[in-house]
Amino acid sequence: MRTNWSPAVRRYLKRLAVLMSAYIALIFLAGYLFRHNPPHGLLAYGLAVLPALPIIGVVWTAMRLLVEETDEYMRMLFVRQNLFATGFCLTILTVWEFLQNYDLVAPGNGGFGAAFFWFMGLGVGAVFNRRALGAGDCA
Amino acid sequence: MKNRLKVLRAELNWSQQDLAGRLEVSRQSVNAIETGRYDPSLPLAFRIAEVFGLTIEAIFHKD
Repeated sequence: MRTNWSPAVRRYLKRLAVLMSAYIALIFLAGYLFRHNPPHGLLAYGLAVLPALPIIGVVWTAMRLLVEETDEYMRMLFVRQNLFATGFCLTILTVWEFLQNYDLVAPGNGGFGAAFFWFMGLGVGAVFNRRALGAGDCA
Repeated sequence: MKNRLKVLRAELNWSQQDLAGRLEVSRQSVNAIETGRYDPSLPLAFRIAEVFGLTIEAIFHKD
């Protein structure tokens, strides 16, 4: 396992750990409350959106990594990874949307939203970087 | 763009990690530049030249 992470990557990983912990806590909290004591009105909207906030935070921390990484080669790899993830996510969701438009798949996303595919794209983007540039040290 | 990094580094008996430390970049960066997979920015090229006490043209050249 790589241990010589840059300070920017270490900050990214810490932020990621905090935000994903918050996400797990909030998704269970929201699920529990909606099942056992469903809120109404604005409170329901607020509670429903609550688990999305750490996910938005993860997107923010991924962008902060691009700003804070001082090693230009590593930054270039992270930029490629982010662009790949964005393209990957848009491609999947666009195809999915058209399949839904013609009733070839069930409506809804089955719990797999844009963030899921974007994060998956980050993983595939790291593999893409490794294959294209022989670099696999992407966060 | 080609470069003489590997030769220059060998002359000084520096590892990629040694050079990376002097340049304040990752070893992966040094490896990518050395193998021609990545062309450094002008500021980094100047830093590399400074570390070896040479001009940029003495280190980097067109294919």
